[in-house]
Amino acid sequence: MNLTLRVWRQKNANSPGRFETYEARNILEDMSFLEMLDVVNEELIQRGQEPIAFDSDCREGICGMCSLVINGIPHGGRRGTATCQLHMRHFKDGDTITIEPWRARAFPLIKDLVVDRSAFDRIIQAGGFISVNTGGTPDGNAIPVPKPDADAAMDAAACIGCGACVAVCKNASAMLFVAAKVSHLNLLPQGKVEKDRRALNMVRQMDAEGFGNCTVTGSCEAVCPKEISLSFIAKLNRDYGLATLKGK
Amino acid sequence: MTLDSKIPSGPIAQKWDKHRFDLKLVNPANKRKFEILVVGSGLAGASAAATLGELGYRVKCFCFQDSPRRAHSIAAQGGINAAKNYQNDGDSIYRLFYDTIKGGDFRAREANVYRLAQVSVNIIDQCVAQGVPFAREYGGLLANRSFGGAQVSRTFYARGQTGQQLLLGAYQALCRQISLGTVQMYPRTEMLDLVVIDGHAKGIVVRDLISGRISSHAGDAVVLATGGYGNVFFLSTNAKGSNVTATWRAYKKGAFFANPCYTQIHPTCIPVSGEHQSKLTLMSESLRNDGRVWVPKRKEDCGKPPTSIPESDRDYYLERKYPSFGNLAPRDISSRAAKEVCDEGRGVGPGGLGVYLDFADAIRRLGVDKIRERYGNLFDMYEKITGENAYETPMRIYPAVHYTMGGTWVDYNLMSTIPGLFVIGEANFSDHGANRLGASALMQGLADGYFILPYTIGHYFASSKQFRPPTDHPEFRKSEEEIRAMTNRLLSVRGKRTVTSLHRELGKLLWEKCGMARNEAGLREALRRIPELRDEFCRTVNVTGESGELNQALEYAGRVADFMEFAELLCLDALHREESCGGHFRTEHQTPDGEAKRNDDQFAYVAAWEYKGPDRQPEMHREPLIYEEVQMSTRSYK
Repeated sequence: MNLTLRVWRQKNANSPGRFETYEARNILEDMSFLEMLDVVNEELIQRGQEPIAFDSDCREGICGMCSLVINGIPHGGRRGTATCQLHMRHFKDGDTITIEPWRARAFPLIKDLVVDRSAFDRIIQAGGFISVNTGGTPDGNAIPVPKPDADAAMDAAACIGCGACVAVCKNASAMLFVAAKVSHLNLLPQGKVEKDRRALNMVRQMDAEGFGNCTVTGSCEAVCPKEISLSFIAKLNRDYGLATLKGK
Repeated sequence: MTLDSKIPSGPIAQKWDKHRFDLKLVNPANKRKFEILVVGSGLAGASAAATLGELGYRVKCFCFQDSPRRAHSIAAQGGINAAKNYQNDGDSIYRLFYDTIKGGDFRAREANVYRLAQVSVNIIDQCVAQGVPFAREYGGLLANRSFGGAQVSRTFYARGQTGQQLLLGAYQALCRQISLGTVQMYPRTEMLDLVVIDGHAKGIVVRDLISGRISSHAGDAVVLATGGYGNVFFLSTNAKGSNVTATWRAYKKGAFFANPCYTQIHPTCIPVSGEHQSKLTLMSESLRNDGRVWVPKRKEDCGKPPTSIPESDRDYYLERKYPSFGNLAPRDISSRAAKEVCDEGRGVGPGGLGVYLDFADAIRRLGVDKIRERYGNLFDMYEKITGENAYETPMRIYPAVHYTMGGTWVDYNLMSTIPGLFVIGEANFSDHGANRLGASALMQGLADGYFILPYTIGHYFASSKQFRPPTDHPEFRKSEEEIRAMTNRLLSVRGKRTVTSLHRELGKLLWEKCGMARNEAGLREALRRIPELRDEFCRTVNVTGESGELNQALEYAGRVADFMEFAELLCLDALHREESCGGHFRTEHQTPDGEAKRNDDQFAYVAAWEYKGPDRQPEMHREPLIYEEVQMSTRSYK
């Protein structure tokens, strides 16, 4: 199939950006979306032009490195799918596809479709961990964890930190990301010890990074490639509220 | 130079305890005076950086990804082994040790493997304490499953995302140390050279991938945790960015490279769909617990829909050839068996390069819900890539390059032949011999990072009085200049060929001549063609853009340039090893029924290669493998 691409090109954070139009020819339906971009980039290089910069690494939907807003929807809008898992069989010959970077104040643009998501790392650094050192830990079976709790923690822990939740949100809120990590750890007995300060510290850091507030539109859940549930935001609100009441 | 593996004396079960007592300690108050550079933030790198930070050292950690959480350890699906014997099915440290030694086809170092099995139990405790959400039984205790190459259930898992959860555990520990100020993190930063001063590793030169700035970092020790070199084959299950650059540049500075020909071809990957393919996707080996592998008995049936082929016309070749292990036969054996049936013309799917992995029996026996619970995410992944529903029609799978057992040579302390340079995780060669068993990579990465390196590195500091040079030392300057010159060379060619096309050509050559089956004629041809291809790369590569900015084409070109050199060492090692063992199968050396034929009299050694200069053959050094504890035997899974 042949496609027309409208791609956001921007040399760096300080230069103005613009859409450029490219033709993607002889695209096969078995190609992944990123492989389609690889083909376009190969042609650009052959013509001596700079290829389109975009992030990707594992290309199997788990590292969270790939991004891309495709036709207005982060990761292209197929349920539970990251951009690298999106295949061209979902497009039609002659389609025009618009490709943009994540757009949020807390994710400054680096180049073309590449953005800086280090704000997420700083949120985890603020409390997204259990404070145990290596060694001296009890036997793995010493603390039984009810299976439903372990399963729910795993549901939350599946977050790949890609930032689609922020990119789609009209407020550029990072609540789903923060809620996923807080819930993962707060649901487990090991994580309960630091439950309150984790919620407070991570939310404080989230605000400091310039992410917007959550108005519970649910768009984040809809685009999340790991289908993290909105109910974790409710849990975060509860944990945060309780911690605030306790005055910790 | 004789290689000293520094294996402690004494009975195998006491070697590590004894060694830990013999290791010198660094006074807690003095630890903060030492600066350690950790390159890579996967399971090995992140766990090492976090643990060293906790101990009080000052640590700098570097990764090329935008966040340490993205390293390719994250993609490991199936699980992590530990000799907990929670299932009461006869497991023990000794059994895990023996399985790993045997699985490695008696080409691993006994003492290292025993230690690995010993610390495996601590890893699980550590990960649980960190909040890794391992699968649990209804009683709240940890669940286990069996995994390729083992007859006991000792594999711990977190759905099909065990690597992700273990890495996030290590990443969270790392983040905690970053927030405490003991670790400084440098994401989007790529190591391009190792700096050796007075014979000791004293620093690295890196490129900031956003600004393009080349800079130097000095340290009291350097730890490479930079993963494997599978991408030399172009198509592999590795992430796009995975590369050999750090260990290769260390090799050129004097760190011997061991057993590069031991590459693991994983049996259960999604087959290649066309020329455009940028990488291959693994389907976890755990699928083989419930899936049955088969091809049609007759070539004529290969084009028919699989569900229309009756039982009597199917060849469940793994169950037929290896009745005691069946579909759980180790990776090297399963991969070769798949190649064999496809070579006979009985492969299925495009190009006849595929075999079926069928869940129909398991679904009948356990119900579709149980299968969905166990493997749902894998079935979804398969559907995304192929557009097929594996609950209704069998999956098609084919072997693909997955893991590299070879790597930088290290001694029992995980130190390379350059004092002060430690290499951990997949980047070193030490524990898997000629073939790695499933769920052992995660175990080794975390063993090295959490429980081994943190002890042994202290001994190095305590026993060698060294200084940390300033970064304006002439050796740093020289390295930086060389890197700048190399970068400018790559950018100035502006030839006709893209990096990808050259890399793909190299990969194809290696896959054909040095892949699942190798022989002398093919390897000699590869050794003739690699230098030609390298020359073509130098003359015709087209790298666009500039050096002083984010330039992904330039990053990639540098990595491929190193693969072009490294490929030759890989083939040289494969050519010299006149035997078949594990993942290294030389067609000249097989038993009448097509199994690998080892030659213990001549090849029971580690081949460690020393760089001798750009135009000279590397020199091979032998570390004999001495088995005090187990008897070398023919590996049989029949």
